[in-house]
Amino acid sequence: MSAIPIEVLAGTSLWRNAWHRLLRNRLAVLGMILVGAMVVACAAGPGIIYRATGYTYDFIPKDSGLVKSFPPSLTHPMGTDIAGRDLLARVLLGGRISLMVGIIATFVSLIIGITYGATAGYLGGKIDEAMMRAVDVLYSIPYMMIVIVLLSLFGSRSPLNQLFLLFLALGAVSWLTMSRIVRGQVISLKNQEFVLAARATGVSRRKIIFRHLMPNVLGPVIVYATLTIPNVMLQEAFLSFLGLGVQAPLASWGSLAAEGIRNIAVFPWQLIFPGVTMAVTLFSLNFLGDGLRDALDPQTRKM
Amino acid sequence: MLKFVIRRLLSTFPMVLLVVTLTWGLIRLAPGNFYTGERVIAPAIEKNLRAKYGFDKPWYVQYAKLMSNIVRGDFGTSLKYEGQSVNEILRRTLPVSMTIGLLAYILALSIGIAAGTLAAVRQNSRVDYASMTLAMLGISLPNFVLGPLLVLLFSLVMYWFPPARWDGFPSRSVVLPVITLSAIYTAYVARLTRSGMLEVLRADYIRTARAKGLDEKTIVRRHAMRGGLLPVISFSGPALAFLVTGTVVVERIFALPGMGNYFINANLNRDEPLIIGIVAFTSIAILLFNLLVDIAYAFVDPRIRY
Repeated sequence: MSAIPIEVLAGTSLWRNAWHRLLRNRLAVLGMILVGAMVVACAAGPGIIYRATGYTYDFIPKDSGLVKSFPPSLTHPMGTDIAGRDLLARVLLGGRISLMVGIIATFVSLIIGITYGATAGYLGGKIDEAMMRAVDVLYSIPYMMIVIVLLSLFGSRSPLNQLFLLFLALGAVSWLTMSRIVRGQVISLKNQEFVLAARATGVSRRKIIFRHLMPNVLGPVIVYATLTIPNVMLQEAFLSFLGLGVQAPLASWGSLAAEGIRNIAVFPWQLIFPGVTMAVTLFSLNFLGDGLRDALDPQTRKM
Repeated sequence: MLKFVIRRLLSTFPMVLLVVTLTWGLIRLAPGNFYTGERVIAPAIEKNLRAKYGFDKPWYVQYAKLMSNIVRGDFGTSLKYEGQSVNEILRRTLPVSMTIGLLAYILALSIGIAAGTLAAVRQNSRVDYASMTLAMLGISLPNFVLGPLLVLLFSLVMYWFPPARWDGFPSRSVVLPVITLSAIYTAYVARLTRSGMLEVLRADYIRTARAKGLDEKTIVRRHAMRGGLLPVISFSGPALAFLVTGTVVVERIFALPGMGNYFINANLNRDEPLIIGIVAFTSIAILLFNLLVDIAYAFVDPRIRY
């Protein structure tokens, strides 16, 4: 009976320790601040720009003299694109979509990966072997090529459909490593006493997996998920760069950069601003992920 | 060992067929057809076209034909590039992709291993921080941003290298694509080398080597490298798959006549034989390369037996 409060106490101190270790890592803190700032800017920015200048991400000026690409100025801090649209507003909207794709696709991969890995690890034996063989097989498939086939053939004219397809495709291909990590953790955990105790008292298998094993697997999963987000964002950008991802008038950092590349010789700011914004965000996310790994996994911590 | 190799080689067949089936299924499930384009085609012509390419037969007959052709190594004729067989297109485009892929690979390994080892040996020094920050930048800067920025700087401002053309291997046209392609792998290799070396440098046998009075150079090069580079070796398998996607972007940016560029066009044109041919070829290459990596692993790490 007294076991419960002790476990809770031990749990909080573990997370609190990790939090303190994270705060001591200056680069990770910087990454956290930058990611936070980016999220706030992407969420609030377009509204503020609209109030200040009347521009939205797809507002094309009525005056035909304004329908061209202006270099950065006070009204348009990042300049405008060839249709005269405010680039800052487009970059912020692109950020919304890029971050959303990253988070949702990572979430999809989390659900598939955790369920699959935990099941394989917990059941063990022949089933585990077969399930992990399947993962090995999927690993050696050039899956990006299949995503390209999928998006270019099923891609519809509706931008929202395309976006949904993108979430699904990217989530479905990035769960493999997650399932391996979860399986490894579960195998190392499942023979420990508290699981044995649960099994002895007749707790169902499902409940053991979801209530007893899952919370303990959380550390590595959080770390890997943080590192998956920038990866997925990069893949989304890659697909949008090829013209297969987010479609106009919507924008993502990838599609904005692709547009910028076409006009690089004349309007370099069209590439530089979305490109650098994206690079800074990915940079911050990667540093945050690295810092989390060092904080949550003291064994591999830098000395 | 031999048994392992033979078993893996045999398992390559069903895997390639699986990938091909998946791709073929996707193409067939997708709405439309390769001739549904901007032009409206008369029903009689459409019927002839379907008959010419065998699309009028039931799907299982077409599937069986495709499979038997692939087993014989014949991927058919391209629908878009008329009169050219897929094998011809592969033969023409592969050298381009292989050249930049291989050069990028070599560049990534040499710079990445050097930087990673240096960072590990001088852990927490300025060299360490600088190279790891650079590596993080390499991972975070998308290659389609890096490439055009290099073009802007070195082709449009400095006139050092051509922005978009292909003159074959020993020429200036190779430099920018290879640097663009290799950046992210260099970064990964450097990070993997660093963490691998750090782990090994703490191992007991390194302490033994130090106790024997060996100089640091020999310890790092002869003793630590072998174990420290294992993560890099196991990364080279997946790296090839990433390189394939990387070449798609780089070939697009620099307008190179390589396989990746053709693959994108094939998809946009719904050129079924060409799509399937490139996918099949790439999966065979990846599977064989993974096998080579596993064999190399067994040679480097004596603990591994197959």
